[in-house]
Formats: sequence, C-alpha cells, structure tokens
Amino acid sequence: MAQTLSRGPVSGTAVKSSAKKKSFLLDLYGTAVGKKYVMAITGLIGIGFVLTHMIGNLKLYIGVVNEGGELIYDADYYGEWLRDLLVPFFPRTVFLWLLRSVLIVALIGHLHAAYTLSVLNRRARPVKYQSARDYQVANFASRSMRWTGIVVLLFLLWHLADFTWGWVNPDFVRGAVQRNVVASLDRIPVAALYIVANIALGIHLFHGTWSLFQSMGWNNPRFNRWRRGLATGVATLIVVGNVSFPAAVLVGVIEFDPDAVTCCLEGHSE
Amino acid sequence: MSVLTNITLKVWRQDGPDGQGRFESHQVPEISEEASLLEMLDIVNERLVEEGREAIVFDHDCREGICGTCSLMIDGQAHGPTKGAATCQVHMRVFSSGDEIVLEPWRADGFPLVKDLMVDRSAFDRIVEAGGFITSPTGGAPDANLIPIPKPVSDASMDAAACIGCGACVAACPNGAASLFTSAKLAHLNLLPQGQSEREKRTEAMVEMMDDHFGSCTNHGECESACPKEISIDNIALMNSDYLTSKFKNRKKLAR
Ligand code: HEM
Ligand code: FES
Repeated sequence: MAQTLSRGPVSGTAVKSSAKKKSFLLDLYGTAVGKKYVMAITGLIGIGFVLTHMIGNLKLYIGVVNEGGELIYDADYYGEWLRDLLVPFFPRTVFLWLLRSVLIVALIGHLHAAYTLSVLNRRARPVKYQSARDYQVANFASRSMRWTGIVVLLFLLWHLADFTWGWVNPDFVRGAVQRNVVASLDRIPVAALYIVANIALGIHLFHGTWSLFQSMGWNNPRFNRWRRGLATGVATLIVVGNVSFPAAVLVGVIEFDPDAVTCCLEGHSE
Repeated sequence: MSVLTNITLKVWRQDGPDGQGRFESHQVPEISEEASLLEMLDIVNERLVEEGREAIVFDHDCREGICGTCSLMIDGQAHGPTKGAATCQVHMRVFSSGDEIVLEPWRADGFPLVKDLMVDRSAFDRIVEAGGFITSPTGGAPDANLIPIPKPVSDASMDAAACIGCGACVAACPNGAASLFTSAKLAHLNLLPQGQSEREKRTEAMVEMMDDHFGSCTNHGECESACPKEISIDNIALMNSDYLTSKFKNRKKLAR
C-alpha cells in the first residue's frame, strides 16, 4: 500500500467523504466491525439451534411411549410436534419453515462474512513472515476457525442428505426419525463422521462463544472471566450430547424395533 | 558481569520497498548480557561500517520504551520475549550463549517496508488524523479538576492512553489488524468528558480509516500479549459497541 508513504493533507476535520450512497445496513456491513457483528449474531443463532437440536435429539433415548393408545417412538412424536408448532395459528409446518428460513439466512450471512473477512485478512499481510511465528495466546481453536467451519459445512450437507432428503440413508422413511437415525448411524464409518464433525463443531464453538462477546461489544469487567468458562461449557455440552448419539446406536442403547410400535411406521409427509 | 558467547544473528536485509529481501547471518562472538539487543545491533553495525559494508537499518529513538519507534520481530514475537517491553527494553540476558536470534521487520500491508528492518507506520497517523483529537477553545490553561472525572474512568482512559503507537499489535496479529491501536486511541478520548461531543463522529471516522489499511479482528488476543504497554483487548469490545451506536446516532443527527 504505497499511499501511506506520501503524507496527505492534515486537517482537524479529516473525515472520509460522506458521499456514501449505500443503504444504512449495507454501509454498516461494509466495514470489518459490521461484518463481525453479522458473524457473531448469526453464530449466536447457530448456537441456539445446535443446543435445542441436541436437546431435542435426547428423545432418542426415551424410546417407545404411549400416545393416546398408540405406541410410538418419542423421537417420531417430537418430529410431529415440530411440524405442528403453533397450529392452528399457522397452518401445519409453516412456523417450522419460518424457523428454517432464519437458519438459512443466518448460514448465508455467516458464510459470506467469513469469506469476505478472510479475503480482507489475507490482503492485510501480502508478504508473510519469513521466519517462524511464535504465537503466545492464539490457540488451535482460534487459528482453525476456517477449517473447523468448512468441516461443519460439509457435515451439514451430509446431514441433510441423510435425515432430511434421505439420499444417503440406507432405509429412509420420511418422518420416521428413530428408524432413520438407527439405520444410518449403525454404520461405523458414518458414526465416525458424526463424531469427527461434532468435535470440529465443538472446537469452532470453543473460540466462537468466547469471541462473540468481544465482537458484540459485550464487555463487563465483572463478568469477563466467565466468558472462557461459558465457551468451554457450551462446546463440551454440544460435543458430549451429539457424540453420544452415534456411540449409543453403535453399542445398541438406541435401538429401532418395528414390532415395538403400533403407529406411524410408514412415517409422515411434510 | 557475565558475557554471552557465540550468538548468531539472522537479520532481514532489503534494499528498498520494492527490493527482494533475504536473511543475512552475522556472528557475535561475545556480548555482555547487560547490553540491550539494540546495543548489540549498534556494535554489529560499527563492525559493518568499518568493513565498508552498509549498516543494518532499524528504527529506534528513546531506547527507554516510551516513544514507540523501535519495532522488531524477535524470534517470531513482536518486541521479543520480554513481556510488557518494547524492543529497546529487551536485554541480552534473556538469551543464552550459542543462541540464534532472528530479526524480521513488522509485516503488514499498512506498514510498507522502507529498508531492512524499518517500516513506514504512517497509516497510524491517518487513523489518528481521522478523529483522534478533541476540539477545545485555546487560551489560558483551565483550572485543574474543573471537570470532575470519576477515578475508575480516568484510570481506564489513562490505561488506553499508554499506547505508544509502535505497531506491535498489527505485527503480532495473524490478520494484520489494527484493532488494539485504534480502540486504545478511541477509548482514551471516548471515556473522558472532554471527548463526548465528538465521540460518534470520531468513532465512525477512525474505524473506517482503520479498515482502509488493516485486517479484521478475530479475537486471537495476540496483540494484547505483544503490547509493550499491555493494553487490554477490553478496549476492542468498547470500540465495537461504540461503533454500532455511533453509526445509528450519526445517521439520526445527519437526518435532521
Ligand atoms: C457452516 C460453516 C461455517 C463456517 C465456514 C464458519 C466459519 C467461521 C469463521 C471463519 C469464523 C471466524 C471469523 C473471524 O472472526 O474472522 C467463525 C466464527 C464463528 N462461528 Fe462459524 N462457521 C460455520 C458454522 C458455524 C456454526 C454451525 C456455528 C454455530 C453453531 C458457528 C458459530 C460461530 C461463532 C459463534 C463464531 C464467532 C463469531 C465472533 O467471533 O464474533 N459457526 N465461523
Ligand atoms: S526506542 Fe522508544 S520505545 Fe523503543
């Protein structure tokens, strides 16, 4: 950046030209600080999602329940409840789609901000250090956000193809949650994939949960020392919860037995 | 007084901004451990000049850690291994006999290399010019304590004002970001009553000027650990929240 070599005019009112024509939000997003707000807010939405998703999946452990005289897997019943959310205010599945659209928009925002910030950061140091750097506090998690993020993204695509679209599920029946999960995770390589991807997610969140407080400007000397603990807690909770599912299927704690239920083996349509 | 022997210096040499650089090795057979690293460079340079070769160019001025001129990447750490110290405060006693010491210039797009170990940090001046000042009437000095400031507030402001603008935060940051510098300059004025009237204008202008030259903050924390004045990344959080409020408030002001 050669322009820094020549000194420009110095004036007491040196501000950038206000001839910006961009809309307010785009203007805000145009700066690195604005992009980090997007990163943090969409990351928070993601954390909210993975936490509730993990808690919802715990129903796989409950097994068969008696719902109004019908025997049904509790996970299947829960899936049905999600589609019925806020019925009759919204027609069936409409509220679920509203939630999904928030997640889709958040994902796109997170990816776009991550990509543009990475480009900015690469440009900020065109000539790398020629000797080895000796990092003092940057940790593996903070240094590998891009890689753990990409692993999570690829996993997300697999996950949708597995349980939402059924493309890679060996015995897919739409809406039959317990059946689909057991069919897929019974395969050792697939179980391993779920375990590795969730560890990557945990590493991502170990830095992300800490980092978002800084990005959002949430800084309170009284509570700052809790941030590290909170990040460790969130990451651990998600990794332990999510890794337990493939492990439990492999050792037979989570099972699927078509003869144990009287309802809904054919699944449900959207 | 003990003496270190057999030190090998690996120094970055580059003829000019556009030149092709390289590491050059120099032997230092013996050096007092009371010497500072820069004094050792002085001795090496005298020898080079006697041999009719060009001295190694490096930045330095006060040599007591207050001016922010010295700037070296020492063994992969901005300002070297001594915590809370600038390059000029690094002494040979932190090394051992037989060590190899690698010296490299700060590397960042906003800090173009001038020669050897010297870089141009005037991008920092651009950021300060954008708003790192207050406007006040000149005239006789105001009475002391005319404006009451709570002690914790003046302490926080003074901690930020300790920034000497050396650029170690940019050099240490894996992203080449200048968030710690800019946020320290902002916190210094934004926390004080004297800084309030221009707070929003200042924050918006300085953050956007920073964007023109430097990378973005991923909250690694390397800057805080490299800072010779140990300035806290709490200032970065303050800058982020101030930036958002400033954007909204400025928009409202300009809409009138
Ligand atoms: C889908 C692929 C993903 C990619 C490629 C990705 C990439 C990234 C990158 C590169 C950063 C660091 C940005 C920076 O500070 O420079 C980041 C931060 C973050 N990510 Fe992700 N991520 C992904 C998914 C997720 C998911 C699923 C979650 C939540 C469950 C998440 C939560 C976060 C959080 C909380 C942060 C910290 C935000 C901040 O520093 O303020 N990410 N991500
Ligand atoms: S020479 Fe002044 S701070 Fe090092």
